[in-house]
Amino acid sequence: MAGAWETVIGLETHVQLRTVSKMFCGCSAAFGAPPNTNVCPVCLGLPGALPVPNEHALQLAVRAALGLGCTVHPRSVFARKNYFYPDLPKGYQISQFEQPLATAGSLSYLSPDRGIATATIQRLHVEEDAGKSLHDRFPKQTAIDLNRCGVPLIEIVTGPDFRSPHEARTYLLTLKQVLEYAAISDCDMEKGSLRVDANVSVRRVGETMLGTKTEVKNINSFAYVEKALTVERDRQIAVLEGGGTLAPQTMLYDSKTNGVRPQRSKEESHDYRYFPDPDLPPLVLTEQFIAEQQTLLPELPAKKRERFVEKYALSVTDAAVLTADRNVADYYEAVVHAGADAKTAANWVMTEVLADAKDHADGLRVAAGALANLIGLVRGGTLSHQAAKRVFAEVAERGGEPRNVAEALGLVQVADTGVLSGWVSDVLGAHTSEVMRYKQGETKLLQFFVGQVMKASRGKADPKLAQRVLEEKLAP
Amino acid sequence: MSDPSEALASAKAAADRIVNVKRLNACLTPIKELRKSLAAQASTAHPSGVLYGMPVAVKDNICTLEFTTSCGSKILEGYRSPYDATAAAKLKAAGALIAGKTNCDEFGMGSSTEHSAYGRTLHPFDKTRVPGGSSGGSAALVAAGAVPAALGSETGGSVRQPASLCGVVGIKPTYGRVSRYGLVAFGSSLDQIGVLGRSVHDAARVLSVISGRDPKDSTCEDRDSLRLPNVPESLQGFVIGVPKEYFPQDLDAAVRRACDRAIRLLRELGAAVREVSLPHTAYAVATYYIIAPAEASSNLARYDGARYGPRFNGSEDVRALYRTTRGDGFGPEVRRRVLVGTYVLSSGYYDAYYRKAQQMRALIAQDFRNVFDRGVDLLFTPTTPTPAFKAGEKLNDPVAMYLSDIFTVTANLAGLPAISVPIGRIKGLPIGGQLIGQAFLEDEMLEAAYALERAVPAAEEA
Repeated sequence: MAGAWETVIGLETHVQLRTVSKMFCGCSAAFGAPPNTNVCPVCLGLPGALPVPNEHALQLAVRAALGLGCTVHPRSVFARKNYFYPDLPKGYQISQFEQPLATAGSLSYLSPDRGIATATIQRLHVEEDAGKSLHDRFPKQTAIDLNRCGVPLIEIVTGPDFRSPHEARTYLLTLKQVLEYAAISDCDMEKGSLRVDANVSVRRVGETMLGTKTEVKNINSFAYVEKALTVERDRQIAVLEGGGTLAPQTMLYDSKTNGVRPQRSKEESHDYRYFPDPDLPPLVLTEQFIAEQQTLLPELPAKKRERFVEKYALSVTDAAVLTADRNVADYYEAVVHAGADAKTAANWVMTEVLADAKDHADGLRVAAGALANLIGLVRGGTLSHQAAKRVFAEVAERGGEPRNVAEALGLVQVADTGVLSGWVSDVLGAHTSEVMRYKQGETKLLQFFVGQVMKASRGKADPKLAQRVLEEKLAP
Repeated sequence: MSDPSEALASAKAAADRIVNVKRLNACLTPIKELRKSLAAQASTAHPSGVLYGMPVAVKDNICTLEFTTSCGSKILEGYRSPYDATAAAKLKAAGALIAGKTNCDEFGMGSSTEHSAYGRTLHPFDKTRVPGGSSGGSAALVAAGAVPAALGSETGGSVRQPASLCGVVGIKPTYGRVSRYGLVAFGSSLDQIGVLGRSVHDAARVLSVISGRDPKDSTCEDRDSLRLPNVPESLQGFVIGVPKEYFPQDLDAAVRRACDRAIRLLRELGAAVREVSLPHTAYAVATYYIIAPAEASSNLARYDGARYGPRFNGSEDVRALYRTTRGDGFGPEVRRRVLVGTYVLSSGYYDAYYRKAQQMRALIAQDFRNVFDRGVDLLFTPTTPTPAFKAGEKLNDPVAMYLSDIFTVTANLAGLPAISVPIGRIKGLPIGGQLIGQAFLEDEMLEAAYALERAVPAAEEA
């Protein structure tokens, strides 16, 4: 019975820093170049070549650490992680081990089960990426692409803090949001700029000791995070309920079959023989450098969300939607600053604006000022809400000032009782049986009549005024 | 010299001299290729350079666009570097000519140049003996008069030890004085490019050219290049320490006599000489033989046959490729050190060996600081415990071989500059004396070396 089990998950996330060049050489860090073209003696690990740290990468790493509330250490040490693999040209990866860049941070996220929950960030360190082995490019041969070699990464390690695959996924999305906000990373799992490995274990509810954990690897899309962890969680529970025991091993997720398989022991890492990299002096960061990175951090999503709730009297859920993306949040605030009512602006942004953006490559096609004007037209009674939606679509598609567009489309609301009376009379004349039923007490038909008037007016009638005229005419 | 025809003549003469000492197996570059390249270099060398037309041989573990860079190893046989080491680039920019690549112990691991995949180098005065190592090819070429200076490299004494055994000058600068970019790494925290020269002046002027900051090496100090001192009239005002640990009871009597004579001459030059103590000296060789192999095991991991260098038979899968390439490509001494290094870094052993060795290294460096803080400017010691030994004598006794670096490894562990100057002969074989200086005070060390070189009858029996 699954209910008797508690899932415990910790995540190790590798994030590619958004730099022009690689971590220890001047080669381009761009994705998608022809194989083995963004390389030099340093990232190829040619005899005699030496690494020199990329200052921009260090700035971004420190910003990430500060954004996650970590303690940034003024002195950290690059270490070599030694292992043999053909796409690792030096036979070691430059990373950090005993003395990482930052420790002891946290990230709050909205747990689907527990409300606001906090994940502890145990450590954040800087490292270089390895190359790529392509096993399916040539028959019976492995091709190596070393373009990715030396691309700057940070690894962010959480405690065993997540209690469900869904929570783990929510944390990951929250982390992605923070890193995107601060322009630290593109966080594109498909391009490999965000990769995640998970430590998964289960235990009986109430148990305080951790169960035997496995490491799930090869989760290469956000869509698979929850699936992969659920599959592994269920596998572990099945083994334990069947009276078996779990081996602490690495499991590879296969998205095609939605299954996991143990990594062959040959592929397992044994002993990385970490030691301080003698080619790189300890990384010493001045107080001033760290303080400067702090000032370069933008307001992060959690802070912004709180502020939106406070300042614009929005619900937490609405604020979360509006702050999910930094551009959207900035856009929303611009609409409000241009004079729109905060609540109405929120509704517009969350519905029309986001829907339009979704269909148009995240583009915010209607300028904030134009949307504020459009909202003003509805508020002033010039446009019905329905008509305003049509104007919005028109402005999005072809541009223009909302009032001009509304007029050109003939959508300006008719608030003239004389004209309205004509439409009302037509509607009542055409629906005599409904009029009878209304008069016999079926008053909810009023909305039907309003709808018919709107239809007759092709949306131009002011619905409130139409209702008043209808009530007068239907009065006994 | 500033005339292209003189540079061409110099190039040709150097090639002729190198051909004349071919029997030493000191130069690995095929003679035809060497002649052609030297002529080409001479015709394009910049005439205003301070080393214009000077032929400088380069140890085979320093990357050059000219010639192969094989590090004395089968695993890099025929390897051509696509770039110049910073030191080589600086030499060329100063108008010097790269006069071939010199034989060495494989990846600098050895003290006799017997551990080269390309055969041993002979001692220029006695073919039954070794020239020392690992920069034995460079030392032998200079000693034989083929080139006025050559680049070598040190991890534990690989410039000074062969300089002592061959009767030439060998300088190891302060760690961080010369860029390591393009020096094929052995023990990165100990490695420095050094210079072997006919005289202190020849070695020093080459050192001056190759020294100075390099944005490509994070461990290279942000300093201007070394300025050469004048030859001093006397050593008045110098305080020279003689560490008692470097003169043990069982020190070779002739070596002791040679050192005593040198010390007397230093006194006569006006230096104040005092006995000092460096109490952790006894642990230096053990410390060195943990740290250097540990770093080497990682530095040499890249030679796996996957990307460059020869592949040795059997590559049915990648593990087999590694096994055969590294098993057949590395010689026995390299394999020994890779195994030792892998062991001392392994989890469960790291604290007992590597971490402890780092602590001892700090104590050894502190020993030197303590002495220098008490007003001592320089230290004088023997460079090697004996003159050149017989080929094969220590080949099967690694510890005996390691002990030939006993007086030189400390300067590498402490990162200090040191120089070996010939101080006499023992039964016809040269022997060197060592001056160890303070970090980045090569100029003081060179002043004393100039004076000692001038005063000492280096060609006479001690």
